[in-house]
Amino acid sequence: MSRRIFNQTLSGPDTDMDTTAQHKMATQLPEPSGAAPSASPRLTLSGISKSFPGVRALHDVSLSLYPGQVTALIGENGAGKSTLVKIMTGIYQPDSGEIGIDGQATTLPSAHAAFGHGITAIHQETVLFDDLSVAENIFLGHAPRTRFGTIDWRTMRKNAREVLETMRASHIDADTRLKDLGIANKHLVAVARAMSIDARIVIMDEPTAALSMKEIEELFLLIEFLKSEGKAVLFISHKFDEIYRIADRYTVFRDGEMVGEGLLKDTGQNDIVRMMVGRNVDHIFPQREPKIGAPVLSVSGLSHPTEFDDIGFELRKGEILGFYGLVGAGRSEVMQAIAGITRTSRGAISLDGQTIAPKSAADSIEAGIVYVPEERGKQGVVIGLPIFQNVSLPSLARTSKSGVLKLAEEFSLARSYTERLDLRASSLSQDVGTLSGGNQQKVVIAKWLATTPKVIILDEPTKGIDIGSKAAVHGFMAELVAQGLSVIMVSSELPEILGMSDRVVVMREGRIAAIYDNKDLNAETLVRTAAGIAA
Amino acid sequence: MKSFLKNREIWLLAGIVVLIGLISTRFPGFADPANLRQVFNDTSILMILALGQMAVILTRSIDLSMASNLCFTGMVVAMLNAAHPAIPIPVLIVVALAVGLALGAINGLLVWRLNIPSIVVTLGTLTIYRGATFVISGGAWVNADQMSPDFINFQRAAFLGLPVLSWIAIAVIALFFLVMTRTAIGRSIYAIGVNPTASIYAGIDVGRTKFIVFCISGMIGGLAGYLWISRYVIASVEVANGYELNIIAACVIGGISIAGGIGSVGGAVLGALFLGIISNALPVINISPFWQMAISGSAIILAVVLNARGERRQGRIILRKAEAV
Repeated sequence: MSRRIFNQTLSGPDTDMDTTAQHKMATQLPEPSGAAPSASPRLTLSGISKSFPGVRALHDVSLSLYPGQVTALIGENGAGKSTLVKIMTGIYQPDSGEIGIDGQATTLPSAHAAFGHGITAIHQETVLFDDLSVAENIFLGHAPRTRFGTIDWRTMRKNAREVLETMRASHIDADTRLKDLGIANKHLVAVARAMSIDARIVIMDEPTAALSMKEIEELFLLIEFLKSEGKAVLFISHKFDEIYRIADRYTVFRDGEMVGEGLLKDTGQNDIVRMMVGRNVDHIFPQREPKIGAPVLSVSGLSHPTEFDDIGFELRKGEILGFYGLVGAGRSEVMQAIAGITRTSRGAISLDGQTIAPKSAADSIEAGIVYVPEERGKQGVVIGLPIFQNVSLPSLARTSKSGVLKLAEEFSLARSYTERLDLRASSLSQDVGTLSGGNQQKVVIAKWLATTPKVIILDEPTKGIDIGSKAAVHGFMAELVAQGLSVIMVSSELPEILGMSDRVVVMREGRIAAIYDNKDLNAETLVRTAAGIAA
Repeated sequence: MKSFLKNREIWLLAGIVVLIGLISTRFPGFADPANLRQVFNDTSILMILALGQMAVILTRSIDLSMASNLCFTGMVVAMLNAAHPAIPIPVLIVVALAVGLALGAINGLLVWRLNIPSIVVTLGTLTIYRGATFVISGGAWVNADQMSPDFINFQRAAFLGLPVLSWIAIAVIALFFLVMTRTAIGRSIYAIGVNPTASIYAGIDVGRTKFIVFCISGMIGGLAGYLWISRYVIASVEVANGYELNIIAACVIGGISIAGGIGSVGGAVLGALFLGIISNALPVINISPFWQMAISGSAIILAVVLNARGERRQGRIILRKAEAV
């Protein structure tokens, strides 16, 4: 059964003809006539190719960035976006192709050279220094000096305040240590740094990934400000609403090639999706007929001193219960408490009518609750250990007797679950690190299924993964509940919540704001509830 | 075959064989089996200690207090033997294991319960345990003439052609091999070293595992304490001063990654043997001890460079992943 689902991930360019046509159509669009008609590109990349041993990361791609305009770079995971960013910031050298800045051909042999040309990148997780002050972060490497060559702290603070003020961010104190700021404010500091070095080209690599809606709004104001200052902005995001909201132009990459570019106002979302995946994605969410049974997990009055309060809900057999809320609403914290990873101060959890009080993740796994955390790479597979050891890791208590492992049992456990998931590996003793991303994901799933859980909690199961893999994960969830498991899905993506859940719990500021049946439920209601806005 | 050649231990073993060959050109008797047995026996204590340290390093921790633990425990059993010569040796060994375990448990508790980095904890206990040795002994030495003949001769008794000390080392190596590859705790030690976050979610108690690992290294330190004192027949505050660095050097040369998660029993043993051969051979071929230090130092750097290259190869896997997706 799973075979079908995972194969979808891998099927790709079967509608190539279509996209080539798309490509032609898109590139034939009239020359830029958008925000700044007379502007010539600030940065042009043309015919850029880059290969790594065994992999062609980029092939003959082009990209232009215009002053005062935001260009969105769109593509699935592995389409070559990050490689291009690294070329633009001087970290990688292209194998061939030309880079032009203000019409002048140039090279970017080092990060320093890119910096010198005013190219700066703001990453998903800002690369700044937590233990330094805001002012130091802004001026690191180009701090004003006194006559004696020492750092002129007074001027530095004053300049920092000025920069922050021009960005209407004077609420940030130049003396605060960076680690005391939230992510959104860290972004502001990163932008302030870009302003202070007189950056002319600003690359934003998924800047909104960890931000709440309000913070995203603030970031957009900032991008508008950068536009008004005449900066050329490259905006990388997976989220279409954001792209259409903030960007003027788009460039689409697929498998290391540029498959389309143009003005967003002339192009529909569906067209771009088609360019990205090279095929139509009609049914993103699997059709299913939920067979919902008796309550399996019930939680009441669950509280934590600082993170959440009075959480109560029921999860029924065969149900997908969505947890929606803004980032920081306390959803993951509640799930980690149920999974025994954090402790609670009050409240009760019961599974199949039995009260449980998990003191550790091992207790929860034993009881039948598994928590699949957000970052699969960091929190999921253990690269360096062979496949079978990864699968058996949460089940060691069962595959060993008084601490001594029964290797044969371990192997057969691993074999039965990896076979069910159609894992493609030459041997179960192979290091998981040698598997492809999709197969690693199967190992993670096999590992949790091998614990024979009753309840699976998936935290942001599709965050940051491409559309094809998303469909596979959704299909798999549908299959799990069809087999009688119960799933809690924490997600910040409205389409996913609406497309997958049977019921939706909305959390706001550590409390449950509402629980909805997913019938005639609309996105607007959810967003309003999550944000605490009256209808 | 390819994976056989990729194996670090094979390369290290080849290096040791070449080293023995080189030494034999200057000192023909070196490769003689009797002499090699002697080298193994001389290196036994370092091998045992390196295995204890290996378990700690695999969990991304370090135990700097092992040599001080050895010194303290050695003093305890030496004083006990001097005061009550009638206590049988097996009982003294159990005492050594228990005292070492207690000192290791202190390290482990501080790392586990107070969440202090192990390098800080054991840097503190390194000084404390050595200081405690001074306190219990009043700075006095326990000399050979104060020790009972059994105390001194136990490890020297020959059994099936090898001294008991060598047999103890072989037993410890076998035990570590079984623990690291065939038990749940061994698996947990590797898992938390490779990916602590994923291990927590998989239900492994990282803090408790680290505690156990420090208990292991403590027991090893205690055992080595008795073996060291009865071998060199003197107990003083200065015993094994600075030896923690030799232990760590043996681990590093043996391919145990200081970043945790990578390393094997075979590697630790071979790393210790490498150092043992150097320190045994160089004096007899008239190379000054300072050269010895330079050679061990170069071996450490070479080992780190080779291991770093080995790990970098894994980097390509990421790209292959990008290709497959």
